[in-house]
Amino acid sequence: MGLLDKQFNNSNVIITSLDNLLNWARLSSMWGMQFGLACCAIEMMATGASHYDLDRFGIFFRATPRQSDVMIVAGTVTLKMASRIKRLYDQMSEPRYVISMGSCSNCGGPYWEHGYHVLKGVDRVIPVDVYVPGCPPRPEALMEGLMKLQGKIRSHSSVKQSA
Amino acid sequence: MLTEFGRVFIFFLIGAIFVAAGLVTAWLLRPHRWYPNKLTTYECGEEPVGNALTKFNLRFYVVALIFLIFDVEVVFLFPWAVVFQKLGMFAFVEMLIFLAILLVGYAYVWAKGDLDWDRPIPTIPSMKSIAPVAHEHPQEATVWEKTEYGTSR
Repeated sequence: MGLLDKQFNNSNVIITSLDNLLNWARLSSMWGMQFGLACCAIEMMATGASHYDLDRFGIFFRATPRQSDVMIVAGTVTLKMASRIKRLYDQMSEPRYVISMGSCSNCGGPYWEHGYHVLKGVDRVIPVDVYVPGCPPRPEALMEGLMKLQGKIRSHSSVKQSA
Repeated sequence: MLTEFGRVFIFFLIGAIFVAAGLVTAWLLRPHRWYPNKLTTYECGEEPVGNALTKFNLRFYVVALIFLIFDVEVVFLFPWAVVFQKLGMFAFVEMLIFLAILLVGYAYVWAKGDLDWDRPIPTIPSMKSIAPVAHEHPQEATVWEKTEYGTSR
């Protein structure tokens, strides 16, 4: 087993310094999972392209869950896709984070009532870290969501949580 | 004193230490929380079918080999074409001979039929059992037929 993660009950100066270093490394290179589901994916691609340029945050998209840290669920999660998303999330290596982008993956969006084929929020199958509202969200909104996630990673601690 | 190869050895040593240190540090620091679903083969989110180390048809190998030969031919052709004007007639004839040799090989492969992509019809060896097999003919499972071995009921 490893030496650091969830191995200590109390924190000290070495662990906090190491945590700071690890968190800085993790939030500076959040590699995204390369997949899009609906029109939000177009905004996500625009965010990744040269004008909004996600690369300056150290974010770019990897085509395999083994190498990716952040799953951006961009678009309508149909029931058929939900099981795939669950499997992809399972196959990602830890630490892994999920951004729910857009109304559809937040809560079902325009399909919230009569969408017989739509999952009413991706948080019913996988845990979500940041919700980005919008239909679809502008690239700035997605970037703010990513920065919120960076803030969340910054406060992460590897000390064992007391129940 | 270090010899010339001793310096090369030091480069290898530093490289090995660099890789090993990175892997060991990551092993110490990373979370170790695995479960069966996490270790499944990545097949674009689909249910994994079979092993990742599957067998491929051997004929892909022949096609890949032929492709490789002509790929290398192009690699030779490009620098030749760049300085073609300066080299003159001698280099032109040389290149023609080179192309002719490869063409003979190509014709050989073609004539041998290695480029045909028809599916082979394998002959699966079969054996007729004396005793009836229940799962092969469910309807006839209870009826014993007269066979060449002389059993009947």
